[in-house]
Amino acid sequence: MMLLTCPHCGPRDVTEFTYGGDANARQPADGASLEEWNAYVFLRDNPRGPHDELWQHTAGCRRWIRVQRNTLTHAVLGSAPASGGRA
Amino acid sequence: MKYSIFSLARNALTYHENWTQAWRSPPPRREYDVVIIGGGGHGLAAAYYLARNHGITNVAVLEKGYLGGGNTGRNTTIVRSNYYLEPNAHFYEHSLKLWEGLSADLNYNVMFSQRGVLNLAHSYADLDTYSRRGNAMRLNGIDAELLLRDDVERMVPLLDCSPNARYPVMGGLLQRRGGTARHDAVAWGYARGADMRGVDLIQQCEVTGFTRNGSRIDEIHTTRGTIRAKKIGLAVAGHSGHVAAMAGFRLPIETHVLQALVSEPVKPVLDTVVTSGAVHFYVSQSDKGELVLGGDLDMYNSYGQRSNLPPVEHAVQSLIALFPCFSRLRMLRTWGGVMDMSMDGSPIIGKTPIDNLYVDCGWCYGGFKATPASGWCFAHTLATGEPHALNAAFTLDRYGLGRTIDEKGGGPYPWVH
Ligand SMILES: Cc1cc2nc3c(=O)[nH]c(=O)nc-3n(C[C@H](O)[C@H](O)[C@H](O)COP(=O)(O)OP(=O)(O)OC[C@H]3O[C@@H](n4cnc5c(N)ncnc54)[C@H](O)[C@@H]3O)c2cc1C
Ligand SMILES: [Zn+2]
Repeated sequence: MMLLTCPHCGPRDVTEFTYGGDANARQPADGASLEEWNAYVFLRDNPRGPHDELWQHTAGCRRWIRVQRNTLTHAVLGSAPASGGRA
Repeated sequence: MKYSIFSLARNALTYHENWTQAWRSPPPRREYDVVIIGGGGHGLAAAYYLARNHGITNVAVLEKGYLGGGNTGRNTTIVRSNYYLEPNAHFYEHSLKLWEGLSADLNYNVMFSQRGVLNLAHSYADLDTYSRRGNAMRLNGIDAELLLRDDVERMVPLLDCSPNARYPVMGGLLQRRGGTARHDAVAWGYARGADMRGVDLIQQCEVTGFTRNGSRIDEIHTTRGTIRAKKIGLAVAGHSGHVAAMAGFRLPIETHVLQALVSEPVKPVLDTVVTSGAVHFYVSQSDKGELVLGGDLDMYNSYGQRSNLPPVEHAVQSLIALFPCFSRLRMLRTWGGVMDMSMDGSPIIGKTPIDNLYVDCGWCYGGFKATPASGWCFAHTLATGEPHALNAAFTLDRYGLGRTIDEKGGGPYPWVH
């Protein structure tokens, strides 16, 4: 069973969380080109290895957090509040 | 060698010790007209149809492990064409028609069994959606029948159709021509057919990088040396993002793990495929007698090709809620496969930003049934440089152009499709 560490609540079972996807997708500024919007909405790095991602602790404190996790080994490399920059 | 009742009888006389190998294992040559990366069903089918339909035989399939060891050998083998949107409906119906003649075409028994695929309706809203989808299917010339509760109860007597059921059954949408096939046999049949026509199948050969020359790929680096190709086809399923990154571009795809499990084998009890969209669960019985069950993704990016407890628990809970009589069955095996989940839940077959590289990916949960049509259309695209009418809508650039093909209406969240 995978444990994610919520920075507010500590290590919790993954089933308490809801996945929010790639944390590095950045919304482009108004008036950005179609290519930039396409890249933001649809294209993903999809790495086999460390991945920055958003999770919501839905069955706990309900806050959004930012987790760095290895997508091949499922090792959790770090976590931080979503508003607080990098995991 | 052609397989027949006579070859079977002849080999029986020598205790089946003299069957010739089904395909060669040649060392890779330095150059090919077409190199296909990925020896799953899709890559092998593409190689087969390149030779059979287009006469292109100077072809290699490069597979990092063994043929069919990816999702092709890990899926729950459901074959159907019950789609609502036009591009999917025509594409998957072509696939189903190819399935109907596949064993004869390949001279290899893929054990295609049209035992029907039944989607359960648990509410009046479900029934409405299914009648809409069924009507769309029939307008597209695809078989569909709307069943009410009594029909379902007669057809699947072990299903809990009582008024107190945890998931009340209101009816369902049935596609009788749908069913299951033997997954390994599909890979082996296409492999043998491609090999017989001159295609080199190279196993234990992982692609590790590319040498780019402007907008072309000059060389493919592999664990068995450098190979050149006029055209390259990428059919690596869950590894599409990883290999595309080596070639220097990104895809509208995330890799997620999907699991399945089987019970101990029992006597025939379930002669159709039963699925429930609301519960997110499906079950069928294999020819060996095992119940084959599957359900949700793990819901987070993963290249970990293995099983995990929470989705197993969900699948077993769903099984017992729908079929209380199965509660004492023991589960035998669980496993996982890494899926190429696309941003609209539909596949991509076509050109990439690199002139001589084409992709076949984005198969999500449903690429096994697509194997024949995917190979057919990918071969056409590789041979002519242009899509076949059936994959013309499945372009890589459709996303930014607002032409997504989103059956579920889920939006750009690959794990919900
Ligand atoms: C549990 C589960 C249940 C499923 N159930 C169904 C179902 O009921 N019905 C259905 O239609 N679909 C189902 N699917 C989906 C289906 O299995 C896939 O969409 C389909 O098999 C994909 O075929 P493929 O040939 O594209 O991929 P694969 O069979 O995965 O082949 C890709 C191959 O590429 C190779 N490869 C990867 N990287 C490299 C590299 N760098 N170099 C060389 N080779 C490489 C891999 O080793 C692999 O063999 C299911 C999938 C899973 C995991
Ligand atoms: Zn918390």
